[in-house]
Amino acid sequence: MSETKVRFDVLRYSPEQDVKPHMQQYEVPVKRGMTILDGLYWIKENLDQTLTWRSSCRMGVCGSCGMFINGYPRLACNNQILHIDKNRIEIKPLPNFNIIRDLVPDLDDFFIKHQNVKPHLIRKELEELDQPTGEYFQSPEELVRYIQFAYCIKCGLCFSACPTSATDEHFLGPQALSQALRYNADSRDEGADERSETIYARHGVVRCHFAGACSEVCPKGVDPAFAIQLLKGDMLMKKTRVRVSSGPSRLIPKTDEHVPNPDVPKAPEPTV
Amino acid sequence: MQESKLWLLHILCGVVVLVLLALHMGLMHLDGLLVALGVGTPDPTDAASVFVRSRQISFMIIYIALLGAALYHGFYGLRNVLLELSPKTALAKIINICCLLAGLALLVYGTYTAVWLVLT
Amino acid sequence: MKDQRGYYRNKLGVSGWIRGGRYGLERAAYTLHRITGLGLLFYFIVHILVTGSRLGGPEAWEAAMVRFETPLFRFGEFLVFVAFAFHALNGLRLAITELGYMLGKPQRPIFPYVNSVRRQRPFFIVLMIAAAVLIVLGGADFYIIGH
Repeated sequence: MSETKVRFDVLRYSPEQDVKPHMQQYEVPVKRGMTILDGLYWIKENLDQTLTWRSSCRMGVCGSCGMFINGYPRLACNNQILHIDKNRIEIKPLPNFNIIRDLVPDLDDFFIKHQNVKPHLIRKELEELDQPTGEYFQSPEELVRYIQFAYCIKCGLCFSACPTSATDEHFLGPQALSQALRYNADSRDEGADERSETIYARHGVVRCHFAGACSEVCPKGVDPAFAIQLLKGDMLMKKTRVRVSSGPSRLIPKTDEHVPNPDVPKAPEPTV
Repeated sequence: MQESKLWLLHILCGVVVLVLLALHMGLMHLDGLLVALGVGTPDPTDAASVFVRSRQISFMIIYIALLGAALYHGFYGLRNVLLELSPKTALAKIINICCLLAGLALLVYGTYTAVWLVLT
Repeated sequence: MKDQRGYYRNKLGVSGWIRGGRYGLERAAYTLHRITGLGLLFYFIVHILVTGSRLGGPEAWEAAMVRFETPLFRFGEFLVFVAFAFHALNGLRLAITELGYMLGKPQRPIFPYVNSVRRQRPFFIVLMIAAAVLIVLGGADFYIIGH
C-alpha cells in the first residue's frame, strides 16, 4: 500500500512552560484509510511522546476526540486524513473552550450548562422514580418526536461552531438546549415547567439566531438548531409542536397475570 | 418584561417594518419605475411633494407606526448585540436603560415632527 | 491569556461572529444580517434627525436635501436600499423558521444526515433571488432612470 507524507501542524500549549500556544510541525507517513486519530497516535509513538489529546472509543460514539481540523470542528476518529487534505493537516483544540494542554479543551462550563437544564426525566410521583413498579407507556410516534435529539454524544463540536458562544459566556449553547428539548418532547417527562425558567431566560433560546452551524457540524445528526427553534415555538405558542398534548405517559403496572404467547418458545434456563 | 415577550414583539415589529418600509422604499426609491408603470408620484423628495404628503392624516399615522415599530426593532437588536458581548451585570443594566431612553427620545422627536405639520 | 487555573482562554470573540470556520450559507447570512441591521439602525437615526428639518419649513428641508446630493451620499443611499432588501427578506425567513415552521418534522437520524437547516434552504435561496431582483430594480431606478 502506498504511503504519502502529510505535514501535521498541531497546536501545542503547556501551562507550566508556555505563555501562549504555538504550532509544531510533524511529518506523518499516511496510508489510505488512516484517520486523524491514527495520525496523532503515530506522532505520539514515533516522534513526540508529550503530545496530549483526549480520545477513547476511536469509532465516533464517545465524543471525546473533538478538534478543530483544517478550519472545521470534527471528530478526529471519524475523519480520514486523505479525505481532508493530501498535503497539510492543521489541528487545533476546539474553539470557545479554554485550553488545558495541547489539544485538550476544558469542558467544565459545558457540562455545568448541561446540568442546568435538568437533563433527566422529571415526574410528579417521586416514589415511582425511586422504586419503580412498572414501565411508562410510549408509542413509536411519541418516540420519533425526540429520539434524534437523544443521540447527542456531548462532543462539543456544536458549541464550537456557534457564533453566539464565541462571545456570550452565559449562553447555554446548542447542546444544552437540544437536551432540554429532548426531555421536554419526551412524553414520559413532566418537567417542562421546571426547565422553562432556565431555557427561556435572557441567555437561553433567544440568544440563538439560527446560524445553523451547530447542525452542520454535528457528527450524529442531532440537529440542535432544529431543537432550539422548536423550543422557541413552544415558548410562544404552547401548541403541540413539541409533543402530544394528551399529558404525560401513563404507568403500565407490572402484572403477574401475563400469559405468554403459546407460539413463542420458552427461554433457556439461566446458567448463572 | 419577560425576555420571550420582548422577543415576540421584536418579530411582530419586524413584520410591520417589512410591510411599511417596503411601501416607503417603493415610494421613495423606486419612483422612476412606478412612474413608468403609471402609478406613483415623480420626485418624492421634492419639498412640495413632501409637504403635501406630510399634511395628510393617513400618512401621519403610517409614519408614526413605522417609526415606533422600527425604533423598537432596531434598538432591541442593538441591545442584543451589545449584551452578547458578555458585559458585567451593572453594564448590562446600563445598556438596557440607554437603548430604551434613546429609542423613546427618537420616538418623541419623530412623532412631534409628524404631528406638528398636520396640526399647523 | 491564562485564567487562574493556567488554562488558555480560547473564546473566538467577535471574529467568531464573522467567520469561526468554513461553515455554510446560513452562518454567512447571520453575519450579514447583523452587519446590515447595525448599518440600517445607524442610517435610521440620522434619517430621523435629518427629516426633522421639515419643522423649519420648505427652505430648511431643501437646504438639508442639497447637502446630501453628492454622488457619495447617493451611493450610500443605494447601499441602504441593498441592506434593506437583504435584511428584510432574510428577516422574513428568520421570523418563520425561528417559530419552528418550514423546518420539517423530527425523524430518526439515518446516515447521511439531513438536518432542518438543509430542509429550509430552498426557501432561503428563493428569498435571496427575490432580494437580488429587488436590488437590480433598485439599481436601475437609482442610476439609470433616477433623478
